[in-house]
Amino acid sequence: MTAASNTADALAPPAASVPSLKKRLRRAEMRKKLLYGALILPLAVFLLVAFVWPIASLLTRSIDNPEVHDNLPHTLRELKAWDGEGMPPAAVFTAFAAELESAKGSPAIAEIAKRLNREETGYRSLIMKTARKLPLPADTDVPSALTEIDARWGEAETWRAIRRSGGATTPFYLLAAIDRSIDTHGNIVTAPPEEAVYVNVLMRTFWMSLIVTGLCLVLGFPVAYLMAKLATKQSNMLMFFVLLPFWTSVLVRVAAWIILLQNEGLINKVLMAIGLTDGPLQLLFNRVGVYVAMVHILLPFMVLPLYSVMKGISPVYVRAAVSLGCPPFKSFWKVYFPQTLPGIGAGALLVFIMCMGYYITPALLGSPQEQMVSYFIAFYTNQTINWGMAAALSAVLLGATLVLYMVYARYLGPTRVKLVKPR
Amino acid sequence: MTNQTASAAPHVSFRNVQKSYDGETLIVRDLNLDIRRGEFLTLLGPSGSGKTTCLMMLAGFETPTSGEIRLEGEIINNQPPHKRNIGMVFQNYALFPHMSVLDNLRFPLKVRKLPAAEVDAKARRALDMVQLGSFGSRYPQQLSGGQQQRIALARALVFEPQLVLMDEPLGALDKNLREQMQLEIKHIQQTLGVTVVFVTHDQSEALTMSDRIAVFDKGIIQQIDSAERLYEEPANAFVANFIGENNALVGRVERIEGEHCDVRLDCGTLIRARTGSVAAGDRTLVSVRPERVVLDDSAKGCANFLDAVVKEFIYLGDQVRIRVDLCGNHDFTIKTPISHLDHSLRSGDQIRIGMDAAHMRALEPLPAA
Ligand SMILES: Nc1ncnc2c1ncn2[C@@H]1O[C@H](COP(=O)(O)OP(=O)(O)OP(=O)(O)O)[C@@H](O)[C@H]1O
Ligand SMILES: [Mg+2]
Repeated sequence: MTAASNTADALAPPAASVPSLKKRLRRAEMRKKLLYGALILPLAVFLLVAFVWPIASLLTRSIDNPEVHDNLPHTLRELKAWDGEGMPPAAVFTAFAAELESAKGSPAIAEIAKRLNREETGYRSLIMKTARKLPLPADTDVPSALTEIDARWGEAETWRAIRRSGGATTPFYLLAAIDRSIDTHGNIVTAPPEEAVYVNVLMRTFWMSLIVTGLCLVLGFPVAYLMAKLATKQSNMLMFFVLLPFWTSVLVRVAAWIILLQNEGLINKVLMAIGLTDGPLQLLFNRVGVYVAMVHILLPFMVLPLYSVMKGISPVYVRAAVSLGCPPFKSFWKVYFPQTLPGIGAGALLVFIMCMGYYITPALLGSPQEQMVSYFIAFYTNQTINWGMAAALSAVLLGATLVLYMVYARYLGPTRVKLVKPR
Repeated sequence: MTNQTASAAPHVSFRNVQKSYDGETLIVRDLNLDIRRGEFLTLLGPSGSGKTTCLMMLAGFETPTSGEIRLEGEIINNQPPHKRNIGMVFQNYALFPHMSVLDNLRFPLKVRKLPAAEVDAKARRALDMVQLGSFGSRYPQQLSGGQQQRIALARALVFEPQLVLMDEPLGALDKNLREQMQLEIKHIQQTLGVTVVFVTHDQSEALTMSDRIAVFDKGIIQQIDSAERLYEEPANAFVANFIGENNALVGRVERIEGEHCDVRLDCGTLIRARTGSVAAGDRTLVSVRPERVVLDDSAKGCANFLDAVVKEFIYLGDQVRIRVDLCGNHDFTIKTPISHLDHSLRSGDQIRIGMDAAHMRALEPLPAA
């Protein structure tokens, strides 16, 4: 190599190496990102397949409306041309008779009948009766033949009902889940009081969750405080007892509470033995039993976040407050307690959200008056196989939980927590 | 002096105070201490010597096992801490993280139920005093360590206590900031005229700031004096070693003659030193500060005159430290200004060193081996 070419080599690279350096940096960062991605990929895939996808597909059921839409497609297409006043064109009747005939004998006919019956009671028998009379003899005038089978086929309202129920989606289930429905004019109306149950159930779910959360806080706060104050050895011991319930399944704990709380159970016996009551108290199959068991099961979820926050609060703060002239209890309240708020927020949120979805405990320990939203979801999935209602109630529950979380994040969330976190 | 008897009554006094946490060992053995009004008193001592314990007893967070503590002449042993009206600065500042700086300063005033306007005015004045007037709405985490330190100081002073306690308040700061804060604290203390009891185990901090320093060890006060006297006239070997650098030479006291005594060092040389609490015949350590040792020519006028072998030079910029072998002490240190150094000296050279009797001290008898 000559000196000249050497110089040229030495001069050339800088121009070329500037972009290549950038590129190399980008490539290195890309590799790092890929590595990070690869690390979380398995979990992400698992969550997608086992969590997000099933939930999403369940929730879509709450607005799914396939019965008429899928089984009477031609009828619906013909109905589109109709202005809704007077009688629909004959083509509608022909298409309807043909589609009903082909649905006859399959589950589809029952689906159509059930769906239309929701628009107007009596339509189920109308469909079944009409289907039985099919097929019509050849060369008959289809509209008049159908009207002959039932006069309602001669009414515009019947065809409007079919058209109304023909959408691919429906707000029906979601509205029903909050005791609302759509009347024949398309207005949202409140369900009659004797049918309105879900708002009540939802309020009850909220209320009971609130009470359980409150009880957990009141019972858990002193324990967490004590654990944070005690020497490590003793606080580990306490922690062991706090976590002990996790060693047995929820079902076993609920069964244990049934044994303890029943009329001849230990608790009633003790109460009577020490003369607090004459007869046994009704502790089971009412709110008391449900609250007792739920608080017991959920208490650790309150204690743990509280403890972890309190552990980080230096006792020096209270000392400082006292040295500034503030009496001990007030110091606790003004200086220590506010710093535990992130823990209270996290614990309360955790307990509350878990409460909202509680099923087993109220189902086993409560009366019908204690059943929460989850009970009805289970009822619709297991007993009446009404996926629409089950999904709609789930959606409402999920929605309420999300709203709650957003409120939490707004007032006690990460940004607020940062201000309160001890150094 | 007689017209000052009222103000000469101690602001705080400890009498025969003892403290034990476990009922077996005494952390504070016998504390007798008078703190004068308006003075800056530092408790200085090695780790674990009971400084914090003393401060906590004064603040009311610990109760003395026996003895009495008086504040303004009243016994306060059983007075709860929030009624003592003593300002306190903690090592990690203990600023309330959920309150803004201004709210932190308002806190002690609000607790005292002052009218809102006064609370505000005082809090702002305190903030201005520490030159952080524009930081009132920040939260403590948004301040640097030095700024937090000043807020903590302002908070301890805002309710105008007569007595302020500080437990290693500068321990978490870096050297420059610490020196700056030392002056600032001292300045504020002088301006306000409050009594400050300051705990540290950094002796240069104690020497810079204090009117008097109480040197603690093993639960008792070894000496309480001004910085200068502690340095020049240490009461015992512990203080001599703890404050500044010190050289020790082992020997036996031959003769006591007024303030002075003759000590026969183990290498045979006879030296003259000032007498501490020794008697003739005692074995003792003779202490001398490294900067009080002079070399060669200037050594000629000194009472004591010894031979030494140079082992090592350590340059400190303006000064040089010379380690020599002297009379069996292999670690004898001499500190001399670099301008006085004979640059032809090499390690291994024999030199003559001189020490004045006034700067040598036979402090206390050695415990029998
Ligand atoms: N609450 C306590 N319970 C039991 N022993 C304690 C307690 N507080 C302090 N001690 C013990 O008392 C001794 C003196 O502690 P103290 O905190 O007063 O020392 P200090 O001089 O402040 O030391 P440092 O310079 O390290 O802060 C130590 O041996 C310590 O272990
Ligand atoms: Mg200490």
